[in-house]
Amino acid sequence: MASQEIETLASALARLPGLGPRSARRAVLWLVKRRETALVQLVQALAAVQDTLVECSICGNVDTRDPCGICADPKRDPRQLCVVEDVADLWALDRARMFTGRYHVLGGRLSALEGIRPEDLSIGKLIERVAEGGIDEVVLAMNATLEGQTTAHYIAERLEAFPVRITQLAHGLPVGGELDYLDEGTLAQALRARRPVS
Amino acid sequence: MTLDRITLGHFRNHTASRLDGAAQINLLVGENGAGKTNVLEALSLFAPGRGLRRAALAEMAGSGGPGGFSVSAALDSGDGNEPVMLGTGTRPDRPNRRIVQVNGAETSAVGLGEWLAVGWLTPAMDGLFTDSAGARRRYMDRLALALDPAHARQATRYDVALRERNRLLSDEMEPDPQWLDSIEAQLAEAGAALAAGRAMLVERLSTELVTLPDHPFARPALSLAPGGPAERDALLSEFARQRARDRAAQRTLTGPHRDDLEVTLSGKAMPAASCSTGEQKAMLIAITLAHAGLAAGGRPGLLLLDEVAAHLDPIRREALFDRLRAGKAQVWLTGTELAPFAGIKGEAAVWRVSGGVAEPVG
Repeated sequence: MASQEIETLASALARLPGLGPRSARRAVLWLVKRRETALVQLVQALAAVQDTLVECSICGNVDTRDPCGICADPKRDPRQLCVVEDVADLWALDRARMFTGRYHVLGGRLSALEGIRPEDLSIGKLIERVAEGGIDEVVLAMNATLEGQTTAHYIAERLEAFPVRITQLAHGLPVGGELDYLDEGTLAQALRARRPVS
Repeated sequence: MTLDRITLGHFRNHTASRLDGAAQINLLVGENGAGKTNVLEALSLFAPGRGLRRAALAEMAGSGGPGGFSVSAALDSGDGNEPVMLGTGTRPDRPNRRIVQVNGAETSAVGLGEWLAVGWLTPAMDGLFTDSAGARRRYMDRLALALDPAHARQATRYDVALRERNRLLSDEMEPDPQWLDSIEAQLAEAGAALAAGRAMLVERLSTELVTLPDHPFARPALSLAPGGPAERDALLSEFARQRARDRAAQRTLTGPHRDDLEVTLSGKAMPAASCSTGEQKAMLIAITLAHAGLAAGGRPGLLLLDEVAAHLDPIRREALFDRLRAGKAQVWLTGTELAPFAGIKGEAAVWRVSGGVAEPVG
């Protein structure tokens, strides 16, 4: 039986997404064995993040400075704005390194059933950003769920009056996917969204 | 094609049952609670989904056993090739995870659908015509799903969007019109797909049923009573037009969630709900058989008919047996007595089921 402190650490780690009690105990044991190296590093890294963690006042990204690294980057194209539901989506898109514009994090998606209303999301701030001008295209990168698509539709309607191009991520055939293994719904969507071969 | 060499291990009250020598027509005879329907339920697990009782997997494991269960069978496609071995069940340490094996290799439950088309009729469905419209919508959706797997997703999307709209409409605050626009766009899209799936089902079933004679077997005429416009754009403008009315009612009064399946006994032109118990049963059988033919789509068919003979008069019973003989599917019938099956038992494989044991007869 481990001491109270070790148990507390294990139960804190167990709450991390994708971990659980068994993996947490394994991680604790691993850290305990590397007390001088990995444990110290982890403690310092956690403390540094805790001290400096801020939400970007422009886009809602989480970073250690405000404005965040992406908003402050002069190489980023200010004319393109990509709207995502959560920070995790921003990070996922940015890992793909294809989008060179800036982002806007809504902080969730509309859901009447969960009581998430337009004013609970940073939609007002998004409209302010677009109203300021200088943006040519707004890319709606919501999840392909019902709530995600409702949110995309809602934002498109709210932005209708502005002279910006509104686009949406394509749904369909995944890269490297084999037709034979796709479900009918995805295939039908891919067929609807077909385009001329360039 | 035939399923044969069927084994049930620790499945409900069957500790170790084995059924060898199955024919095209198979009879399971025994008293109430003997375990006849349990054999049908075990066979229904050779289809994706939760089986004919829609029960949880953990319930299926026999209470006196180790905690898991197994069901297996050899599928002989009749083309001279080796039979395909199908197996499914759970392990004691994971009682809620279904394991499916085809020829000893683990695969997904959906993969079973490539081998067999399984259809069934149970006494639980007897009240369908007198039940609520909601029960008939669920019935239509289950049948439509067998013809088009995407139907289930449209039904779920529609259901979520509908609850979203109803929540906004019943809010104390005046609903945000643009938010309603956005929900209604999703609702209309999923609703049109859902309505189209049901319309296709009714049309294809009707095409099958129309070829049947009115007598002696009851022939049902089906029609879809739509709860709203079927086209996406028409549905969308209807939602927009009816906002004030729906706000007063605090729920959506138009749309495919108000669809109903209307069934009449052709010949008599009588609504199914007013027909006799036997006529209702005969119409349900006719729909089940027609659907089995459609859903098979070239795959071998397996038809599980629980207690179907009891409500039928002798003439209808003979007509049913004629149809089962003429059909391509392997059929499994249950009954408390052998007498109603006199017309077919000569060519059928018969088992007497008692206390969770199946003994071949004759």
